[in-house]
Order: sequence, then structure tokens, then C-alpha cells
Amino acid sequence: MDLSTTYMGLKLKNPIVPSASPLSRTVDMVKRLEDAGSAAVVVYSLFEEQLTHDANEMDHYLTNGTESFAEALTYFPAASEFHMGPEEYLRHISNLKSAVSIPVIGSLNGVSAGGWMKYAKLIEEAGADALELNVYYIPTDIDKDGTIIEEIYIRDLLKIKKSIKIPVAMKLSPYFSSMSNMAKKLDTAGADALVLFNRFYQPDIDLAELEVVPNLELSTNFEMRLPLRWIAILYGKIKASLAATTGIHNHEDVIKMIMAGADITCLCSELLGNGIGRITEILRDMEKWMEEKEYISVEQMKGSVSQKSVSDPAAFERANYMKALNNYKLII
Amino acid sequence: MATRKKVTIDGNEAAAYVAHQTNEVIAIYPITPSSPMGEHSDAWSAVGKKNIWGSVPVVYEMQSEGGAAGAVHGALQSGSLTTTFTASQGLLLMIPNMYKIAGELTSTVFHVTARSLAAQALSIFGDHSDVMSTRQTGFAMLCSNNVQEVMDFALISQRASLESRIPFLHFFDGFRTSHEVVKIEQLLVEDLKAMIDDKFVKEHRARAMSPENPFIRGTAQNPDVYFQGRETVNNFYNACPAITQSAMDKFFEITGRRYNLFDYYGAPDADRVIILMGSGAETTEETIDYLSGKMDEKVGLLKVRLFRPFSVDNFVKALPKTVKSIAVLDRTKEPGSIGEPLYQDIITALNENCPFDKMPKVIGGRYGLSSKEFTPAMVKAVFDELKKDAPKNHFTIGINDDVSHTSLDYDKDFTIDIEGLFCGLFYGLGADGTVGANKNSIKIIGEETENYAQGYFVYDSKKSGSTTVSHLRFGKKPIKSTYLIQKADFVACHQFNLLEKFDMLKNLKDGGVFLLNSPYNLEETQKNLPKRVIQQIKDKKLRFYVIDGYDVAKETGMGSRVNTIMQTCFFAISGVLPQEEAITQIKKSIKKTYGMKGDEIVKMNYNAVDKTLENLHKIEIKDILESNVELPPIVSDKAPDYVKNTLAKILEGIGDDIPVSEMPVDGTFPSATAQWEKRNIALEVPEWDPEVCIQCGKCAIICPHATIRIKAYDEGTLKNAPASFKHTKAKGKEFEPGTEYSIQVAVEDCTGCGLCVEICPAKNKKEVKLKALNMISQIPVREQERTNWNFFLDIPEFDRTKANVSTVKGSQFLQPLFEFSGACSGCGETPYVKLVSQLFGDRAIIANATGCSSIYGGNLPTTPWAKNKEGRGPSWSNSLFEDNAEFGLGMRLSVDKHTEYAKELLVRLAPVIGEQIVNDLINADQSNEAGIHEQRERVNILKDKLKKIDSPEAEDLMSLSDYLVKKSVWIMGGDGWAYDIGYGGLDHVLASGKNVNILVLDTEVYSNTGGQMSKSTMIGAVAKFAASGKPVGKKDLGMMAMNYGHVYVAKVAMGANDTQTLKAFLEAESYDGPSIIIAYSHCIAHGINMTKALDNQKAAVDSAHWTLFRYDPRNAMQGKNPFKLDSGAPKIKFEDYAYKETRYKMLTKSDPKHAAVLMKLAQEFVDDKWKMYERLAKDDAKKPE
Repeated sequence: MDLSTTYMGLKLKNPIVPSASPLSRTVDMVKRLEDAGSAAVVVYSLFEEQLTHDANEMDHYLTNGTESFAEALTYFPAASEFHMGPEEYLRHISNLKSAVSIPVIGSLNGVSAGGWMKYAKLIEEAGADALELNVYYIPTDIDKDGTIIEEIYIRDLLKIKKSIKIPVAMKLSPYFSSMSNMAKKLDTAGADALVLFNRFYQPDIDLAELEVVPNLELSTNFEMRLPLRWIAILYGKIKASLAATTGIHNHEDVIKMIMAGADITCLCSELLGNGIGRITEILRDMEKWMEEKEYISVEQMKGSVSQKSVSDPAAFERANYMKALNNYKLII
Repeated sequence: MATRKKVTIDGNEAAAYVAHQTNEVIAIYPITPSSPMGEHSDAWSAVGKKNIWGSVPVVYEMQSEGGAAGAVHGALQSGSLTTTFTASQGLLLMIPNMYKIAGELTSTVFHVTARSLAAQALSIFGDHSDVMSTRQTGFAMLCSNNVQEVMDFALISQRASLESRIPFLHFFDGFRTSHEVVKIEQLLVEDLKAMIDDKFVKEHRARAMSPENPFIRGTAQNPDVYFQGRETVNNFYNACPAITQSAMDKFFEITGRRYNLFDYYGAPDADRVIILMGSGAETTEETIDYLSGKMDEKVGLLKVRLFRPFSVDNFVKALPKTVKSIAVLDRTKEPGSIGEPLYQDIITALNENCPFDKMPKVIGGRYGLSSKEFTPAMVKAVFDELKKDAPKNHFTIGINDDVSHTSLDYDKDFTIDIEGLFCGLFYGLGADGTVGANKNSIKIIGEETENYAQGYFVYDSKKSGSTTVSHLRFGKKPIKSTYLIQKADFVACHQFNLLEKFDMLKNLKDGGVFLLNSPYNLEETQKNLPKRVIQQIKDKKLRFYVIDGYDVAKETGMGSRVNTIMQTCFFAISGVLPQEEAITQIKKSIKKTYGMKGDEIVKMNYNAVDKTLENLHKIEIKDILESNVELPPIVSDKAPDYVKNTLAKILEGIGDDIPVSEMPVDGTFPSATAQWEKRNIALEVPEWDPEVCIQCGKCAIICPHATIRIKAYDEGTLKNAPASFKHTKAKGKEFEPGTEYSIQVAVEDCTGCGLCVEICPAKNKKEVKLKALNMISQIPVREQERTNWNFFLDIPEFDRTKANVSTVKGSQFLQPLFEFSGACSGCGETPYVKLVSQLFGDRAIIANATGCSSIYGGNLPTTPWAKNKEGRGPSWSNSLFEDNAEFGLGMRLSVDKHTEYAKELLVRLAPVIGEQIVNDLINADQSNEAGIHEQRERVNILKDKLKKIDSPEAEDLMSLSDYLVKKSVWIMGGDGWAYDIGYGGLDHVLASGKNVNILVLDTEVYSNTGGQMSKSTMIGAVAKFAASGKPVGKKDLGMMAMNYGHVYVAKVAMGANDTQTLKAFLEAESYDGPSIIIAYSHCIAHGINMTKALDNQKAAVDSAHWTLFRYDPRNAMQGKNPFKLDSGAPKIKFEDYAYKETRYKMLTKSDPKHAAVLMKLAQEFVDDKWKMYERLAKDDAKKPE
């Protein structure tokens, strides 16, 4: 049974890759991921915004109230060197490279063009095999046209592609007016992979406190339908690899995604909720399923139920919506 | 000669530089102004900086200076080269060990920033009162007059001590020298090595205690031999001056800087000579240069370097033979003495060995106490006095003594203009970074140019909204002006509103430069300038520049810190450096200063520099507009006379003009003066929305400055209310119909911390971002709210006997008798202090340990302890840092004795006064406000009766009758006091069983002296002297107190549970025995957002770091478990709380691995503690005894 797959030119032993999450915080944990069967690892994200915020915050609080009162001209010991930059992250990438043999994919969550460029280069230099750009952008400005946002993405990607040699994946949100066109533009701009989709954590309202609160809930299988559709639509239409993420919890989910056209499937909630051992189980179940169904390789399955491969391509389009609704029995 | 680096540093750093490299053990304890020496040493050791023998010195913080001296003594006895740093009361605590160390002929150097002693008042500033109190201990005393000498003498004394075996006290003037930043030549490590002779180091070590070579030292001796033993050391003392001189000679060989035991400066044929020690010598030299150069006067100065052992021989040789009269200036006061110490020594020396045919006339005088300015005018006045046939002896200079007429007159307009010396004055706020920027400028000019540079910084005594004045001098020649700038070439005002507070252009030279940071555009700026300022600009033909620094700061992400922007302006227009070079240097310095904090900060500052120049504008005098802005009065006309006539002068910055007659003879000041100082420091203040308010009282209880007040009153009171005065119907069945309710903010006293808004639980149903309190801009409502506040004050106070004080809501109707303190904006301590004042203030006697609470509670000009309309209020006093529990116990003993005697007198006078009232007075139930009120009424009746009785006993009883009303004794202080320096006394007081209430304002760090570790500091927290994070857990003071069984103990956190806090205060006070309340006090030293500090308090409780409990011995007496847990099982991990605070978080950025290790330990510590508390709470009920 050949479970191997190719993702952004990286030859992977199987299509299961833990996505950027706290699972990759320590070298030990990544070793365990590797032992459990992970084909690669996407390291937790380096947040440019967080770095800037931390640096500003540290500066503010270390100097707040100083040089104001004769007895307390400072409140903290003379500063030793602070590691406010990405050093810790880069060291981690470097340590992971020495500790595991699977590909290590860096992840960058940036907010400025300068930040993208600088940190991408540093992550490459630290030894990452590839870079995933986590585009997490909520366009709240009602005066900002969608095309402007799209242009920013393309421009930044072009710059990054020029500055580094390792493959670059774009992790996207689904909220583009024309997802397929955006995918094509990114593909043309040189994206080596598209990761579909970024899962935005939606805020909640606390009724007792009348406050907006962050709400982190792990994904469910149901959420995989959105990436499934778009992977199926995009498969074969662009050169870039496709990674499926969000809502993948078992071997069937993995298989469905591959059949839709994904090169890899990224898992997170399942591993956080049920443990790293799930990778081994999913791989085992997957093999079993493939044996039963007489598949010989992942490559054989890849894209087999994509839009271009199915007899009814409209099933991935609006007609499918009509059908789905008609299947409900009206109960009054 | 080797090339040595020029550095711009202050005296503390200069001393520590040598001390750290020439010692092995450093035992310290923080005290102003010496703390930075220990802090530098600790920081250097933390990064592995080695001494000259290649080993990193151990720096160890002790629990007190007494403890530090003991540890020094022990380390010395065990052979280590050991030092310490201290000042003032700290030095006094070292005296017993100093006798021992000297008696045992042990080499060491104590570096002391000479500071005033607490007498009629505490003062953190400089004089020689402390060092002069140790002149009898047997320590040699060597005095440095400037920062260069501090570095040099630190080394000379180290060498001399090792060779002579006499311990040295090396001292220099607190603040003036310890904190003055100047350019000096830094000694090389080779210089240090060359000066320290290892032969003497080995001899020192050979004298150490060792089981391999056992001996006994520290014996007890009897009348037969003690005396002889005491005389054995004479030859060592006799040899010490020569050894010190030889160390100075050796130093000269190495560095080319010549020092002698006594150095003479001035005319070789001087007829008049001043003798003194310390920084005043520099000013005297400068004045002598002027007087001999411009006025051809024959004057000179003798600088005493080695004060002990005093070498008469060297002294007389140093004096010019022509001298006819001498003034000896002492920077100390010894009341009742014939004269101050240096004066007496000079008299004795000349008497014993007069080298002249005729004994010169010698007079003594006092100057410069508590850093009082010592200026050329004063020096000149002393020289002028010496011209007189009968000069005044035992004079004072620098004050107006209109009581005992000791003071010399001096010409305040006499100043010395030194050619080529640039003088700049910078007025700013502590919060805007002015001082930091100026320190940078000095470094740039001092280290990157050939110029000499000097910086001295003046701070006010407030911890919020404090103002700073920076005095910067630059010039081609060494700067000797050890006094504040009197004539400036450049004045910068970094905060527009300070123009109303200071007459800052008064001291600006004609044609000088005035730089103003203005929040207005150019036209509005001029319209808003006080008339006086416009006139001064015109009259003095000033070059006037304006920038809206806030705008640039905002645009470049700098927030409210205008430091870099104003620094750039300074360099751009002062011409001290070519502009381009200056900008390069500023950026270089930014990189150096902020580089370690990350590239973003550097980039932001660079950007601010670049944006500054395009926003800097010059306003030509011909274009200047007129203004109608008059200066507001310093204090209201309604203020009492003492406030108007005396304290207002301090507020105006002319406190130096206050004559002796206006000062109280015994340090006693009237209460309730803070209300007259309207500081208007808040940019935003809370506004009350009566519609949304649920009248819970939480805003008032949490307000650190008592600026948000609540009253419930009869609706008829509103008859004359201003139109904008807000009110609503009082909610609750406890109110009579027709009761109105108001929350009023004292916007002129509010610091704008926002805690009231944060704690407010009532949200606007239409828009949840709005609450019952919302922050609004202060200036537009200032006038209106001033009127409303005055109206509010006139509304009668709520009847204390009717307030349900056991609820937060009810308690907040009680008038705060602690208001408008100088504490930090958002202070975590003052809400507790204020609560005491509300609940018990009208019968409270308070002992306050030195620290933050004594400074915001008792630092002039105005003080926050207040009184009610009946004239009653807390009676407050501060003794020392270390003795506060004992101080408070003494008050209790006295109150009890007075009460007991009053009751005895009542019994004796019963036949005259009446049995019934005597019985009622003696057996009164005073357990609640109603009972206390009734007792007060009885006492009034008693007084009326006593007035009519003509007997000594009746008079006696009259003077004691107020003690028949229950008094509440409170002992307050921080954790530095309670956990460390005062713990021994605190423990004793707890053990006493006496009815005192102890309030520990626990910030887990020495807050007042700038964040040093205490035993209350938690594992993993970074503090000074714990730069790598504290490795061990917080002391559990509550458990220790509970061990006694008879002590009421509570641990509270008002921000997490105000009801529990209130209960604890009421229970503690009602308990007839010792009570201790340990109160979580968030603090600026935690590195937190003070506005959100209540979240930190909640997290501290939720993580079980701060477990709330009450231990009430009365429950045990009833067979119940005395221990009650008031907070639940941990809801969050310790790190979820800790990493909200910079004190913990910074370690994750400097040493992440170590931070992780300590965090694990901290979690285990918290878990174990929680289990223990949980077990205690579940314990079976105690059997009654």
C-alpha cells in the first residue's frame, strides 16, 4: 500500500500533517507526532502582531512610572537582553530540524509587508523545509474594496517568493467574492500550495457580563464540507498543491478530502481532543479501508471525486443546493 | 599613561563600579539614595561580571540594614572581602556592627550616600547627619566631593583599609553626588589591580575564622582588661592617615590625579578660608575662582578628605599661613552641642597644634541640610562674614532663621556666569520620559564630544502626575556647579500646563531659547499661554519654538511619551551639536537604549525623530499674539491661613523662602490639607449616569484617591443645587421616602485611573460599552464639576449610626478621612487605607511604617489624612521603617493606660459626678456606631460636669475623658516592613495579645524604593535583587500569625471580593486582641495595566496564589472552626495569572528555560498551599477551652 503523496514538491510518506497548533510547541511533542506517523509538521504560527505587541507592552511596563519619583527611579532590575524578536521561534524550527526527519513547515501570521518579508527569510534560514503563510485578515473597513485586499495578498506573495527559495503555501479564508479566481491569481503569483481553509475563531457574547468573549471550540466533521467543495472545484485547475484543513477527524474524512483532490490533510482538533495516537489509528483505518476497496495508492485516489472527475460536476455547484433542500421533508 | 574611557555616570554607579570589582561578598538592603549601588552590583553579578580576581561577587539582600551589617560582619570574619551600601537610618542600624568590625580591626569599606536622619520629619535628601552619627565607631571616614572622586576614593579607601586594617566609611552627598550624572574618567581594571595589594588580601583572609586554625573572637571582658583591650588599637589608628596618604600617592602614580588628606584650594596667601566636606566644596571652588579672579579677594578652601582618623598634623600643614579667619561648615545639626562635629574638630586641632603666631578666628556654621541648595551667593556671604571683626558664630546659611537669628543674609541675585557653559532647564512630567531623554542627551554629549556634561534631576513627592525638572550643563571645562541652574540658556517646557505651576522663564537669560510642547496649533498655543509668559518672551527677546509633540507621538505610535521628540527638538535648536551629527547620535543612542527591547521599539523611535523636525516651528516675537490668560491662585481663598500662607509657598515652588518661624517646632502639621491642592492631573475623569447606576457603592470603595463620593440625603437639600448637579432617588428600603442619592466626582483631584469604571457592574442597556460611570475629558467639565463638588461637600454627611456598614453599599456612605493622596494613579494600597478611615477614622490612631504609605500619607506640602465636620479624624504618625509594630503597640498601651486611669478617676469622682453616669461611662457598649455615638454624648455631659468641679482630679479627668470613647489603633505598612525589617517587632506585637489592628499593604515587593525583592515576593517574579526570578516561595505571614491561635488573621483582595474585605476589616477591628489583615495590593512595580488591575487581583485569587480567608479566634471559643476559606478551588493555572504581569513575564523573554522551571515550582507551591488551606477549612471544630 502506497500512502505517499507529494505536497509543494515535498515527498511525504502519507497525507496526514498536523496543522499549526500548540501540538508543535515542544520538540518532544513533535517527536511524538513523527512517531505516531505524521508525514510532516506545520509548526505553530509566528505572529508578527504578537511580537510587535509584546515588544511594545514590555517597553511600556518596564518604563511606566520610572524617572518620576526620587526614591523609585526604576521598578525593575537593569534589563538583561530580552528576546522580543522571533529568536525563540527560529531556534525552535532549528531544533526541530535536528530532532526529526519529517519535513518541518514554518508558519507565519503576518500583518505588514515588512514583517512578511523579514520573518519569511528568517524562517527559511532557520532550516524550515517550507513556509505556510497564514492569512488571517478580517476586512472590517467598509470603504476597502475587495480587489484591494486581493491585491495586497498577491503583492506580498510575489515579494516573498522572490526573497526565499523554499516552497510557500497560502492558508486562506473562504471569504473571497471569487474563490476560484483568487486561487488562480495566487497560483499564477507562484503559490506552491493553497491550504483551504483557515478556520476563524468567531467571538461570542457573554450574556451575564454583556461582553464579547473569544470562543474556541474544536471543529466537527461537518465543517469539512466547505474545504471539500473548494478542493474538488480547484483540483486540476491550478498547479499549486492543495491542503485540506478544518473538520478532518477520521480516516473517512481523510479519504474524502484526497478524493476531492487534496494532496495532504491537516489535522488539529482531532489530535487536541483525542490525542496524538489518533494519527496512527487513522492511518491504520485508512489502509484497511483502501485494502478493502482495493485501492493501491493515495495518488490513485487523489482527485478521483473532484469536480472534473465526477459525472455530475454541478453537484459541487448551486444545483446541488437545490437538491439538498428538496431532500428535506417539510414538517409543519 | 594608559588611556581611560570617559563615561557619563552618577555617583552611585561610580562607587559600585569599584566596590563590585574589589569585593567577594556584598550584603545589602535598599534605602534611598544608596539603593542603586546594590542594584548595579546585583545586575552585574546576575550577568556574570567578575571582580578583579576573576570571580563573580555574591550579592545578597538582607531583611534590614542591621541584618546586612551582621552579614557583612560574618563574611568579613570568614575572610571574604565584603562591602555594603547604605544611608541614613540604615547606617544607624549598622552602628552596633560597625563598633564590632572596627573593634576587631577588620578591613572593609562601607559606601554611604550621606542623607538626613529622621528627626522632626523624614527626609530622603542629602546631608551629613547620618555619617556624623558614626564618627565614634572606629571607622575611618573618607569623603568624596564629586562623582570622579567617588570612583577614585572608593578604590583608595579599599586599599587603605586592607593595609591599615581600619574599616572605612566612604561617603558622598546623597542625591547631589549619588544621583548627579557627569562625565568622568573610568578607572581601568588594571588600575584596580594595581591599587589592591594581594599581600593584604591574603593577610585579611589569614585572620579569618577557620576550624583548621581555631580561635575565639568576640569574647566578653571584665573591668580588669576591657579598658586595656580598647587601647590596643591606637597604633593602627595613628598609622592610618599615612597609609591613606600613601594610597593617594600610589593612586596619583597610576592615574595622575592627586589627592591629599586635606586639599587646599585658592589663594596661597588667603586671609579667609572655608573648611568643609562634600559636594559643597565644588561650589566653593567655583566661587573662589570668581572672587579671586574678578574681585581679587584672598580666599581659600580646605577640603577635608579623611575626617577620621583626623590627622592634626596634616591639617595644620595644609592651611595657608596667612589665614586670619576660618569658617567651618557642617552639613549636619547637633542640637545642644557647642558646635557641629567638623567645627569642634577644627577648634580642637588648632588648639592642640596651632601653627600660627596668632590663633585665627574660627566660626562654625550649618548649611545644606536635606539637600538645601548651597550656592555661590551663600559661599560669598560666608566669606563676607569672615571679613567682619566679630563674625557670627554658629550661623546658618541658606535659610531665613527669624527665630533664633542664626542665619547669614546673602544676595540671592548673586550668580556666577561661567563662560562657555551651556545651561538648560527641562520641565516635564515623570510619565512623559523627560528625565530619561535628558539622561540620554548627557550621555551623547558627554561620551561623543569633548564637552564635559552634568545632569541633575529634581522630582516632586507625588507618585502620580509628578513633575520633573532636569538641570543640564555642558561645557569645555570641568563643571563644578553643584547647585541648581540659576541662569539658563535654554528652557524647555514639555507639558503645557506646567507653565501655570512654575515661573520657568524667570531664570532664562535674555535672548535665550524657549521650547514649548503644546497640544494646540500655533494660534491656539499663543492664546492659551499665560499672560506672564507672553510678556517674558517679549521682554527677554526669547527665541521661541513650539511643537505639538503629542501629535508626533501619536502619529508615530509613541503614545504619551514625548521624550524622543523633545530630545530631538533640543538638539535641533540648541546648537550644542551640529544637527546632522546630533540626529545620528540620537539614533545611535535609541538603538543602544531600546535595542534589547526589540526592533519595533527602535523603529518607532527612529520614526519619531524623523517626524519631529518637520513639526517644529519658530514663532518670531513680532508675530506673537496677545493672551488674556491669568494665572489661577495657588490655593483657594477658603483655605485655612496656614495653608494659604505657608503650604501654598511650597506648592508654588518657593518653599525655600519659608522662614523658620513658619515651621512647626515639633514637626506637627494640621490635618486635611490635601483638599486645597487642586492638581488637575487627570486628562479624563469619570462621569456618572444616574439612569444606569444600581447604587452598589463599588466605585467609591475602590477609588484610590477618594475622589468619587456618595451621599444619600433629604430631597429638600437640592433646593439650591446647581443646575448640572446630578441626583436620583435613593434605591433601597433602608431609605426614608424623599431620599435622594448622588455620586459626585472631585474632578480636580481625580487622577483618572479608571478603576471605578472598571469595577462598575452596571451597563447601559442600549449600548453596553457605556456603564454607570464613563470616562470623559476633564477640561470641558472642570468648572461645572468644581461647583458641583463644592455643593456636594455642603450636603450633610449620612448619619453614621444609620449606615449599614456591613455592606459595600452602606459602608460607602461614610465619609473618607483619607483623601487626594499623592499615591500612584490606580494605587492598590490606598483603597484599604481609605476604608479604615471611613469605618473607624473618627476614632483611629495610626502608626504608619515608612514606605509608600508614609510618603503618600505624610509627605509635604499637603497631606491626605483628613477630619470630619465635627473635627474628628485619624491621628497619624510615622516613626521609622523597622519599628512600626512596636510604635503602634506603644500607642495601644498609652490609650489603654489613659482609659484605665480615666475610669479610675471616674470612680474616684463618682460621688461628685453621679454614680449613674459613671456606671454608664465605664460599662458602655461601644460595639457599634450607635453605641459609640451614645458614649460620645455621655463624655460631653461628663465634660460639662467636670468644668464645674474645681479639683486636680477633675482637671486630670477632663484631659483624659476622650479616652472613654473606644479608640481604634491601626498599624499600617508594606510587606518590606511586615515581612522583613519589621517582622521581629510585628511578631512580638502579635504575641502581645493587645488590641491592635495591623494592615499589611502587600505589594510583594519594596515599592517605595523601586521594586526590590521582599520575603513576600513570589517564586518566579523578577524584582531588583532577584533579577533572575525569585527562586523560593512567598512567606506565609498569615499562617505564621495563625499559629498563635489568639490572633485574628485575614487575607483579602478588594478587587476580587470587596464584601469579604469589608467583613475582614469589621471583624478585625471588633476583635479585642491583635488582628492582622494581609491585603493584596496591585502596584505599578508589577508592570501591569493599572486600569485593569482588578483583573489581576481576580486572577491572583482564581489561581489560588492569593487565597482569601479569615481566621477568627472567637469562633474557636465557640467550638467552631476558626478558619474560613473565602475563595474557591483554583480556577486557573498560576501562570495564567502570573503572565498577566511584567514581573513574571519578563523572565520568559530574558531566560525562557529558567522561567519555565520557576513557573513549575510556583505552581507546585500554589498547589501545596491550596491543599493545606483546604485541609484547614475542613478541620473539625475546635473544642472550646
